[in-house]
Amino acid sequence: MTQALYSRTRSPETEKEKGGGGAAMRVIVPLQGVVQGRGGLVLGSVIPCALFYVLQFYLKRHRKDTDEQNNSDSSSQNPTPRSSSYGNLSELPGLTRNWSRGLSSPRNLRGPVSVSGRVSGIVKGADSPYYVGLRRAKEDPYDELSNPNGIIQLGLAENKLSLDLVEHWLADNAEQAILRNGKELSISRIATYQPFDGLMEFKVAVAGFMSQVMEKAVSFNPSQVVLTAGATPAIEILSFCLADAGNAFLVPTPYYPGYDRDIKWRTGVEIIHVPCRSADNFNLSITALDRAFDQAKKRGLKVRGIMLSNPSNPVGNLISRETLYILLDFAREKNIHIVSNELLAGSTHGNEEFVSMAELLDPDDFDRKRVHIVYGLSKDLSIPGFRVGVIYSHNEEVLAAAKKLARFSSVSAPTQCLLTSMLTDAKFVQTLITINRERLQSMYAQFVAGLKKLGIKCIKSSGGFYCWADMSGLIRSYSEKGELELWDKLLNIAKVNVTPGSACHCIEPGWFRFCFTTLTEKDIPIVMDRIQRVSETCKLNR
Amino acid sequence: MRLVVPLQGVVQGRGGLIFGSLIPCALFYFLQLYLKRHRSPNSRSNPPSPSASAQNLAELTRTSSRSNLLSRGSIVPVLISSLATSISKPNDSPYYIGLDKASEDPYDRIDNPDGVIQLGLSENRLCFDLIEKWMLENLKDSMRGREEGDLSISGIASYQPLDGTMELKMAMAGFMSRVMGGAVSFEPSQMVLTAGATPAIETLCFCLADHGNAFLVPTPYYPGFDRDMKWRTGVELIPVHCRNTDNFMLSISALNQAFNQTRKRGTKIRGILLSNPANPVGNLLSREMLCDLLYFAREKNIHIISDEIFAGSIYENEEFVSIADVVDSEDFDKSRVHIVYGLSKDLSLPGFRVGMIYSFNENVLAAARKLTRFSSISAPTQRLLVSILSDARFIEEYMATNKKRIRNMHDLFVAGLEGLGIRCADSSAGLYCWADMSKLILTYGEKGELELWEKLLHVAKINITPGSACHCIEPGWFRCCFTTLDKEDIPVVMERIRKLADTRAASRG
Repeated sequence: MTQALYSRTRSPETEKEKGGGGAAMRVIVPLQGVVQGRGGLVLGSVIPCALFYVLQFYLKRHRKDTDEQNNSDSSSQNPTPRSSSYGNLSELPGLTRNWSRGLSSPRNLRGPVSVSGRVSGIVKGADSPYYVGLRRAKEDPYDELSNPNGIIQLGLAENKLSLDLVEHWLADNAEQAILRNGKELSISRIATYQPFDGLMEFKVAVAGFMSQVMEKAVSFNPSQVVLTAGATPAIEILSFCLADAGNAFLVPTPYYPGYDRDIKWRTGVEIIHVPCRSADNFNLSITALDRAFDQAKKRGLKVRGIMLSNPSNPVGNLISRETLYILLDFAREKNIHIVSNELLAGSTHGNEEFVSMAELLDPDDFDRKRVHIVYGLSKDLSIPGFRVGVIYSHNEEVLAAAKKLARFSSVSAPTQCLLTSMLTDAKFVQTLITINRERLQSMYAQFVAGLKKLGIKCIKSSGGFYCWADMSGLIRSYSEKGELELWDKLLNIAKVNVTPGSACHCIEPGWFRFCFTTLTEKDIPIVMDRIQRVSETCKLNR
Repeated sequence: MRLVVPLQGVVQGRGGLIFGSLIPCALFYFLQLYLKRHRSPNSRSNPPSPSASAQNLAELTRTSSRSNLLSRGSIVPVLISSLATSISKPNDSPYYIGLDKASEDPYDRIDNPDGVIQLGLSENRLCFDLIEKWMLENLKDSMRGREEGDLSISGIASYQPLDGTMELKMAMAGFMSRVMGGAVSFEPSQMVLTAGATPAIETLCFCLADHGNAFLVPTPYYPGFDRDMKWRTGVELIPVHCRNTDNFMLSISALNQAFNQTRKRGTKIRGILLSNPANPVGNLLSREMLCDLLYFAREKNIHIISDEIFAGSIYENEEFVSIADVVDSEDFDKSRVHIVYGLSKDLSLPGFRVGMIYSFNENVLAAARKLTRFSSISAPTQRLLVSILSDARFIEEYMATNKKRIRNMHDLFVAGLEGLGIRCADSSAGLYCWADMSKLILTYGEKGELELWEKLLHVAKINITPGSACHCIEPGWFRCCFTTLDKEDIPVVMERIRKLADTRAASRG
């Protein structure tokens, strides 16, 4: 092995064939036995040579059928399982073409017309427990009076704690906000084509709201904002802009289950898991990041960026300023992007300080170009139905591309007008943020205390609508199977929909995400009661 | 052997088989060795012996970069995807350049009389007064929802079905049947609502074709298709040329020819994309033609996407036939038919971003529903539209008035152009006319056409869409949208064109 390394300095080719050849051969040639056995060098070289010919022959034959234009496909083939199936897909047309040319009509009558290969997976693919649970809870929702045996929804990250404030504002101001700009009636402002990436007034309002939420530590430039119909398309658009099909993003696990759709589905981008562990309180470690990066590279994948959630979803912890600096260094060293999803920046409830990635960036730092922030109004303003997402980037090319892609996902103009008024109502916004934080904190404390009484511990979290609970004591086998079994019991017996850690690709089994912001305070005892019943049967079985 | 070996000379020459086999063999070894070498530094980070130095190296760069941050970062700019690289460049299509120019310096009779008159955007401003009146009377109630007196805004704040609420789908179904003359009834469960017709088309494209597949599109076609169908999906558009001699009607033989040529190139065709009423020409597809197209699609086993977004903007007395109607009436395989619709044109609300996929294919619907997570309609907008669309009296009045006003504007505009000796193709629908200005161009070709377009934009200050942006095969045709104008503006437009035409005639003569 060492010889092979040293031989780099000795260039003569004959060396390699003879002396170095032995050492190199051991590593290289698949038919090692033949080479080292009686055959010796000549036979050992003739056999691979023959194989080489056969390979060429084979390739040649195959290329004859599938015309030249398939070259582009074959060149982009990757050794990974996923992309090789892509390759097969693109080769398929060649085959079907040859048949259908001869006997087109009989064939057509047989099969119905097919959908594209890329969505057939989306149609057929089994849903993760995250989506199954959401659907079940929606079909049979708990209601104190009309459906007391329904499923309690703890799987949807939606905040209903401060909805009364938003409702109140809308009731007073909605009409005025949509129809009148100042005093003048302005129908043409909402009816006509508007810039796809959002009205300037609305961008200004959103940028102002973002810095207010982040406690004025950062100021956001409205011209670097691209608005989309929700944070989901914002993430997808960034994915399209930063990576080509077959490239990869590093994503710390456990992560929001929707990423598997947002980042991967249409873009063909892959996600490389960077496991975080309970021993570190699920904080990201740079060694894990390094290892994941190297492993991805070994697989031949090109890593184009890191996707962070800060405050993280589902754990709810914050990334410290120091870690953010280290991440920035890491990204610089590997020359990759950082996408920081700060959707929950305004929904922090602890005493810990939230630090936005935007805060770290020097105005003239060249590295700003690799940092992109995702934000939205779904969480912090509790209005997911309005579908407003934000891409904030310092990279002009990315902004230009994202603005053009916003044609596929723009925010409705009446909604923009409505929200512009809401966000520029400074008094209302300040009250909302403060009261919402108080309510979040109180619900969090109550919910965690309730779980603690049942002997279920949660990771300390400082942001978000959920807690991340360790129920590994209740699972029968310490594995994904055991975890899903418990999830199934919680859903079907206790009638509580929670998100299992495996749906978030958590590496340790037995963790669950509980969203508590869709509840009212008086629902908490009911939830605890239901969980207790299941936990008792679990303990008995053990 | 002659075919196979790259080193043909060596093989056939003096070397013979053994020599000829040894050389490629050696090359093969070196290739392997080379690959192995290149992979070694990062792949062997764990085993200690050879990689020690490599590991040190990795460690070194990281620590060093931490201390002198700027120097290293500034050397290599971070890469973006090839898609982003190509689309972040400035627009090159005259369609978009013209739109930008007109929005930078918009004409206004009083404030900016020398501005650019926008005839490039297919937007209908003729009936804003009706919508405004409706909003003033009903907005408050519609935002509050149906419950009498009780506020139900939580219904719009929380997560809604991503593919649209059932109420809006039902209202849309009613509206579409009304628009299409009551001939067809639409099933709300076969609808998927999206944030505009643009994402509806893209979503369908994702669902029906894979990267590298193609769609047949009759030309001239709406310039936006080049973005909607191609950008993110990697699908190709194959033009099927329609000509002036047929009044730009699609012919099956042209379709067949395009299909065969594309197949010969090895590209797989997954469908046909129709616009009915056509944009930019404004003509309709007849029932017979639709039948022929369905036969064609069946024979080739491909899909049909029918973009019927202008179905309600018909101003002549010709009957509009939806493909849904044809599929219903005869025994066709429905699963290959998909309809795109939206409220941007027929209800003149492009700012609301409401589009629709209507399909008979369960798989396509299932996939499209899931993909609407990337493009759903804001809930307040949905609620507002439910109220507008269920106000039958308003819709009736709106449709009638709108039709009358479009026809009126069309007649005035076409007469104005005729006065200048410019003929328009026969059309019965849409917000535009398709004008033959080939007499004004200096050289008969795309270059001449674009030269005229530039003169119109910069000298006459009129933005219209040149045929080449719509991939029209014959030069000299232009699309002029007249529904953004006031009646008083028509003489101004004609005067501007006349002036330009006069200077051209003078310079020629």
